[in-house]
Order: sequence, then C-alpha cells, then structure tokens
Amino acid sequence: MGRNRVAIVGAGMTKFVRRAQETAKELAWEAASKALESCELTLDDIDAVVVDTAPEAFDGVHMNSEYLSDGAGGWGKPVIRGYVGGGTGVFAAIQGWYHVASGLFDTVLVVCEEKMSSCQPHPQGAFLTIFDHTTERPLKPNLLWIFALEMNAYMSRYGLSKKDIALVAVKNKRNAADHPAALLGDPNITVEDILNTEVLAWPVQRGDVSPISDGAVALVMCAEHVARRVTDKPVWVEGVGWSLDTAYWTNRDLSYPVYVEEAARMAYKMAGITEPRKQIHIAEPYDPFDYKELHHLEGLLLFDKGKAPEATALGITQRDGDLPVCPSGGLLGVGNPIAAAGLMKVAEIFWQLRGEAGARQVPGQPKRGVAQAWGDLMQVGTVIVLGI
Amino acid sequence: MSLMYRIQHLRDALAWEGEIPISSRYTVGIAGERFFREILENGRLMGTRCPECDLTYVPPRLYCERCFAHLDEWVEVPSTGRVRTYTVVHVDLDGNPLDEPRILAFIQLDGTDGGLVHYLGEVDPDQICIGMCVEAVFKEKAERKGGILDIAYFRPVE
Amino acid sequence: MKEHVYETVYLREKDFQEGRVLFETWVPNARYAWDAGVAIGRFLQELKAGRLVGTRCANCGRVMVPPRMFCEHCFAPIDEFVPLEDTGTVITFSLCYVTWDMVRIEEPQIPAVIGIDGASPGMGIMHLLGEVDPKAVKIGMRVAAVWKPPEERTGAITDILYFKPLE
Repeated sequence: MGRNRVAIVGAGMTKFVRRAQETAKELAWEAASKALESCELTLDDIDAVVVDTAPEAFDGVHMNSEYLSDGAGGWGKPVIRGYVGGGTGVFAAIQGWYHVASGLFDTVLVVCEEKMSSCQPHPQGAFLTIFDHTTERPLKPNLLWIFALEMNAYMSRYGLSKKDIALVAVKNKRNAADHPAALLGDPNITVEDILNTEVLAWPVQRGDVSPISDGAVALVMCAEHVARRVTDKPVWVEGVGWSLDTAYWTNRDLSYPVYVEEAARMAYKMAGITEPRKQIHIAEPYDPFDYKELHHLEGLLLFDKGKAPEATALGITQRDGDLPVCPSGGLLGVGNPIAAAGLMKVAEIFWQLRGEAGARQVPGQPKRGVAQAWGDLMQVGTVIVLGI
Repeated sequence: MSLMYRIQHLRDALAWEGEIPISSRYTVGIAGERFFREILENGRLMGTRCPECDLTYVPPRLYCERCFAHLDEWVEVPSTGRVRTYTVVHVDLDGNPLDEPRILAFIQLDGTDGGLVHYLGEVDPDQICIGMCVEAVFKEKAERKGGILDIAYFRPVE
Repeated sequence: MKEHVYETVYLREKDFQEGRVLFETWVPNARYAWDAGVAIGRFLQELKAGRLVGTRCANCGRVMVPPRMFCEHCFAPIDEFVPLEDTGTVITFSLCYVTWDMVRIEEPQIPAVIGIDGASPGMGIMHLLGEVDPKAVKIGMRVAAVWKPPEERTGAITDILYFKPLE
C-alpha cells in the first residue's frame, strides 16, 4: 500500500503532579529529553516534531504548541500540532506514525504536554465551554454532568451497581502504586474507600474521577531502517484508527461508545486482527472515570456489551489475569494531564512489550497491545495497536 | 425561508453572550525562579550558557533549544545593552488612546545572545535610534516583587 | 523504566500563598457574542413563544432537536421546521451536589437528557428536572416542561425553568 513500517524506539515522561514548578516549556523538555536519552538519539537525529497540547485556556498561552515547540525539540524543524480532547495522547502517536509511514520523515519526536494548574480557579472554568453556548451553558452546567449522565445511562442499561464500577478504580489505583510517575497510586485502597468518597454528581463520586494534573510524555518513532540501528526491540505500530461522532451528544446512545468501535475496527483491520479478545494481550483503554474503562473495553470489542464489569469482577483484567487492562494504573492512578495522559498509555504498552515495565510488568511476554484514548464532547475514539 | 435578514443596529443581531471565566497563574519555572530571585534580591541579571553551542541565553533557560542539553552554567550578564528595535505605542489593548505614549524596545544585552522586551524611559521618541546603548533602571529593592517589572525601564547611557 | 521519568518539581498550594515560588497572573478578557444562527435563532424565537421546535431531514426522515440547518448524517440542507410537544421522557439523569467551581450545595441540581415527544426516538436535549424528589427520579420517567410566564421569556433555553413529572 506504499506505507512504511513504523516503530516506537524510545519513550520518556515527567512525573504527573498536581502543580509543577516547571513552565510548560520545561515540562515538554523534561519528557522529550528523557525520550531521546532512552534510545541514545540527539536532536540532530530528529526530522520532525509533533507537539500536541490542549487549547489555550488550560495552559493560558495562545498558540500553546508553537510556544512549547523549542522545549519539544522543534526549533528549526517541521512541527505540527494536533488536538482531539482527551483523545490527543493516542492521536499524537498516530500523527507520528503517518509522518514516518508516508516516507516524508525517518525519525519523529512526539510530545504531549499539559499544565492544567495554570488554569484558575479551576480548569472547569475552561472545560465548561464544551457545552453549547446557547442551548446548554445558560443552564449553568458542571462538566461532571456529562460524565454522570453517561455513567447513569451505562449503569442503568446493564443493571450495574456502584461496586461493579468501583472495582476498576481500585485495580488502577493499586496498579499505579508501581508507576514511578504516579500521582494517586495506593497499594492498599479498597472498594469501600471508593464508595465512601463524597458524591459529586450522582452516580459520580470523588473516587471515580481521575485527578487533574500537569505532565508531559514523549516518544521517538522511526522508520524500519533507523529502528534496526537504534534498538534490538523496536515496537511496531500495527494499526491505527480514529473516529469522531456528532457533537449533538444528547441525540446519541450514551451507553455505548460507537466512535471507539469505529476507531478500533479501523485499527484492527490494518493490524489484521479478526479476534481482538484472543489476539490482543494487553490493553490500555482511556479511564478518566472508572466506568469509562468498562465502556471503552466494550467499544474496543474486547468484551461484549455490558460484560466488561463481570470480567473485572472475575479478575480477568488484573495484571496477572487473562487480559491485563491498565497495568500502568491508568488516569485514575497515574494522573490526567489531558493531552499527555493518552501518550502515557502508549508508552506503557511500549514498555510492557519490551519487558521494561518494572514492577508493573505483566507476565507471559505479551506480544501485542492496544492503547485507546477518548475526548471532546464524548466524541472521539483514537486507537493504536502495537506489536513486538 | 430567507437565510438572511437586514438589521439596522448591531444590537439587533440575534447573538448570545457569554465568557470563559478563568484566570491564569503562571509559575516562572525552574530557570525563571533563579532569574527573578536574582533580580529581586540582588538587582542583577543572569543568563545560562550552553558551552556546546556557545550561546548565552537571556532570559535564562533550563535547556538549550539547539542541542537540547541541560543548562546549569549560570553567568551574570550586564544590565546594559543595545536597542535592536523599538516601537511607540499610542493605544491600549482595547484601542483607546493612551494618556502618554509608551516606548517598547527589544534590548539585546551586552555579551549575550538574548535580551529583553521592555519599556524605554527618560527619553523622547525622536531621540531613539536603533543600536543606541541603554541600561536597566531597577526599582528600589523594597518595591521589587520578583517579576519583569522590577526593572522600571531602560534608559540611554551617557 | 524509572530512569525514563524526570523528577518534576511538585508544588503545594501553600507554596504559592507563602511566597516560596514566584508566579505571574493574568485575567484574559474573554467575552463573546455568538451568533445564534439560522436554526437556533428560530429555536429561541419559538421558545419565547412557549414552543419547542425541531427540524426534519427529508432524506433520512429524522426529526432532530436541537434544530439544525443541515443533517449531519446525510450532509443535506434542511428547511422543514417541525413543531414538537413540550413533554418527554427521561433518557438519563444525575444528582449534582457541587457547583462548577467545586463548592458543595445542599439540594442537588438534577440535570437530565430528555427525549422530546415529536422528535425521533433518542433525540434528547439537556435540561434540568424540578418539582421532584431526587430519590424518585427514574430513567423512563415522563416529564413536562414548566415555562416562565410569557412576559418573562426572552428567547432562551431558560424560558423553560425545568421539566417536572407528568401526572
């Protein structure tokens, strides 16, 4: 098809923290320099840079990507920015992929950064603008409403209890205790701890929500001939997919993320995957809320509709289970700097497939993994399939 | 149904008003913290050097944008420099006329590869020329806050 | 992979309050006047008259609310406005105990997605529920709009105060 094979050969990240002292540029550099160091490449080896970051209101800088670009290694190079809400983290890797797959560039640095702590009094002030200005904002909505409405629709459709869903938060926060960059890792957290947290917008409780964070993640992606030179364990991009649903979110079936299924099908087709549940060994679906992991696992066709909670209760999605899900600890445990969170998941699959995930390593030498992110007004699914 | 209709006044356009209710709080960063503390405490300017690229950055940076090295060599730099370009501003952000025009310039600090955008003071617009030598006028220590306005302006050097 | 994680410096809120870290603040003057547009302009006018209105796509037959000038599925223009009922069914709801800046409130707000009678199935709008015990709200509940008196309506979604249970 005229496309070149693309591999990820390096990854780096900052810690995810509630408030970083570093400026946005410095955060970008911290992640980007770690990524380059990890595969012993220098800026001279980089042909192009992808810098993805959320809209200006969060970091509070206009043309944020361009502003960050020198910290992302973009000085004097072709630079592009992308943004699809929370879907950005995985989408950035897809952008890196097509830069190389097209044959235009050999080695690309992909950087995602977010400094949400700049947004005062609370990033919600900016998030709120996602609601339609005329038909929704006059009702003085709270961003939590959308998630609560979606969570209720999902729970109601399949007769789920809060406990079924809280198990995900427990799994991920415990997993995150082994992630060096994590904000909310807790090896001892229990379902009761989650269920006892304050109700914010029922059914959403504080324990169901991932923490807002500052952070940055970077990957080095390159063509096959460069990958073979740089490492003996390149992680290949086998499939990519993305799909956007209508912004008329109140006209959609909120109990199922059809846009994630569409993105997954596109990626699986490219990767030659016909039986995802068997052929995928490890998954990092987007989990800004605990119910979203379940929602997305079904959209990724890894479990039948309404069946992901059961699989979680049976331990199938634990690190030592049949299909480890969010071994990183996910957004719930590691943190949620919007654009960077998804790329953290891609980096996790990268480290897991290479056997470099340390205490988080899933057993059994997984060969193929999927990372998925989601965002905008419950609209976008971005999916990447990696293999070694 | 017509797609357009004529109105006499802008206020008759069916527009919905709103705002984005946020303010921004920017940390000055790792490098910035030292830069501004030196101005605050010691009334002096500092930069960081990249020995590889032979560049001295002002404002100082944590990393070199060219070679990506981590920069930890801090040097004091003169608070004198040359005007590389300037402009005389007559209106505010909303387009209303200012009482007094303000002069903004990019001043390259002597011996560095960087400089500062700042006000020029104690000078008439028609006395300014590109390349002229200027020096920073620091506010009294008690008035400094650890920000760029701890320098009141740059003025011509005799 | 610990060596690939940079030791980012984390701050506490106190560090700002106690002057241990330098920072600048900025308040952008981000105010907007958005055109209501052709479809929503009509929607607002109808709300002022105490009516809900949708649009029908001649191609796929969907009756949509909020109304729009083109069907996003068929990518075809629409010019047929359809009067709708002001009653509907609760598709999903939430009980919200915090404001947008995370201040706790005693009585929950009850946002809901309400499928409007007369529009195609699943065509909901977001609004609030009122005059109902939070514990009694159920998905599938039938509700009706409670309007502001005509002289108080301005042509806004808030011309409907909330939806309450249909007896």
